[in-house]
Parts: sequence; C-alpha cells; structure tokens
Amino acid sequence: MKCIIVDDEASARAIMQELCRTIPEMEVVAEFPNALEALKYVKDHPVDLIFLDIHMPKLTGVDFIETVTDPPQIVLSTSDKEFAIEAYGYEFILDYLVKPISPERFHKCAIKIRNFFEKEIAARNGTAILEEEDLYINIDRRLIKLKFGDIQLIEAKGDYIEIQTRDERYRVHSTLKKIKEKLPESKFLQIHRSYIINFSQIVDIQDNSVLIERNVIPISRSNRPELMQRLNLL
Amino acid sequence: MAERPNLDYIKEISGGNEEFEKKFLNIIQTEFPKEMNEYIQTLEANDLEELAKIVHKIKHKLGILGLTDGYKLAIKYEEDLKYGNIKLKDEFREILRSVEEFILKIA
Repeated sequence: MKCIIVDDEASARAIMQELCRTIPEMEVVAEFPNALEALKYVKDHPVDLIFLDIHMPKLTGVDFIETVTDPPQIVLSTSDKEFAIEAYGYEFILDYLVKPISPERFHKCAIKIRNFFEKEIAARNGTAILEEEDLYINIDRRLIKLKFGDIQLIEAKGDYIEIQTRDERYRVHSTLKKIKEKLPESKFLQIHRSYIINFSQIVDIQDNSVLIERNVIPISRSNRPELMQRLNLL
Repeated sequence: MAERPNLDYIKEISGGNEEFEKKFLNIIQTEFPKEMNEYIQTLEANDLEELAKIVHKIKHKLGILGLTDGYKLAIKYEEDLKYGNIKLKDEFREILRSVEEFILKIA
C-alpha cells in the first residue's frame, strides 16, 4: 500500500514515518512539507493513501481535499478535533488522528485502513467478504442464537453486559470490548463507554443522546464525531 | 512542582529504534528554536491571528515532549488569541523556556 505524508512540521512527519514503519504493508513513498507539492506529486504518482495534516499554512488540508482530483483514501491528522470534523464528511476520509498520535490509536487506524483495502480488493475480485449473521451467547449453559439485526443495543454493567433485543434483555458475563470484536463494524458503533448500539435501530438523535426504541442512550463527546460521520445526513 | 519536558512519548513511538530517536532529536533541535523565534517576533509585531497559528504548531511539540499541562494551556492560549486576549503569554513563555532549556541539555 503506497502512501504519502503531508505535514508542514518535520517532527510530525518523522513521527508518522516511524508509526507507518510498524505496519509492514505500508510503504511511505514520499513526504511533503506543504499541500501544494503533494498535489503536484499525486497528479503523476497515484498513491493508495495520504496522511494529511489539516492545519498547514497557505493551502490547508481542507483546501487540498477540495482541490485534489480523483482522491485516494485520506487519514487526517490534526491537533484540533474540530478541524477534523469539518473535513470528515468527505467519503474518502478513512479516519482522523489527533496529535500527538498514540501508537495504540495509530494501530486502530491501521486496522481500519487494512479492512478498507481488503474489502475493496474483495469487491474488485467479486469475492465480497461475507459477514457472520448471528452471535451465540451463553445463558445458563444454553447457547442462544441472536441475529445481529435483532440486537438493539448492548450496555456494560460491571462484570456483565446486557444485550437488548426487540423482545428480550439478556445478561451475559462479558465485556463491551469482547463483544465489540464479534460485531460487524458496519452495523454497530460504540457511542459511549457503556453502550454499543445497532446503527440501524436509531430512531432519532437529539443533543447528546440517541433514541433506540424507548431507550435514551448518551453519546460521549469522543464518540460523537464518528457517529455523525456515519449518518446519511441530508 | 512544574512539569518537565521528557522523551517518554518518543521512546514509546520508537520502540527502541535509536536511529529514529536521534533523527527526531535533530529535527526538534532545529525546528523548535525557529518556531520560538517566530513566536517572539510575531508577538512583538502584535499579529495575534498569526500568533495563534504559531501557538497551534508549538502545541503539538508540547504534547510530544510530555507537557500535558503545557499542552492544555496552549489550547486555551490559542483560543484566547483568536479573541485578541494575550493574558497567558507569560505562562506560555515560561513553558517555551523550559523546552528551550531541555533541548539545549539533550543536544
């Protein structure tokens, strides 16, 4: 996967280079201190991915996004979340990283990148990745099958999680982190440290809460941008 | 006690890659003094809009050097500058001084 880094700070570029080095399939083919040079480069040298700083003098990252023709996938980096949110509405923005970028956060981003390109390759080859349709939970030594589509939300309750479906609420000894790994990212989203929701079950969103059937679920500030980005907003 | 700049973040990123650590220190030793001079000159010129942009850039370095409180102060200062408020300039200058000293020490 060919990528370039665009950031006016040499120290930020060096850090990004070092982070990319930990991902074997990522090849940093060039880096640029300004968006103009990067624009010229991508015109003649197609790349798969751009790590793009938003806050740059003269031509900003947002200007770059609006100028570049046939854009590759882009991961934004910024010291201000607000700037990232402004640009996050574009379909080719894969993720945004708030500087200084922690290795853990970068790793999560790398997983997102990998998933995206795997899906794209599969789609190109006509072999779309089939996602599991259901999940088995252990209740009193009985394995109960839940269809992903029936799950409305999952709430963390101490050492347990509670899975709410249309008709039942199941209490399972597990954690949100564990169940999150089993759920398809395309359908579920963590919107608060105690809640994962099924995206398709949202009734409405008001201020800092989501309504799912009759349950009002809080949205944490840090999860709000991702939620907003995934909405098909008119 | 006031927080001190450190290389914990850089060591975490490098995972023991000394070549990167060296490269990074060289960069920051060149980049930071330039930004600090730019900051001082722009403050003297009273160009607060431009000053906010420089503070924004420096802010990232404070985070890199483990100055959590300094980073938070820079966020506030940058925001204040957009409204023409420079009341945090002395505190910010003090932070810059500590980074400058640190950079000289590790040179």
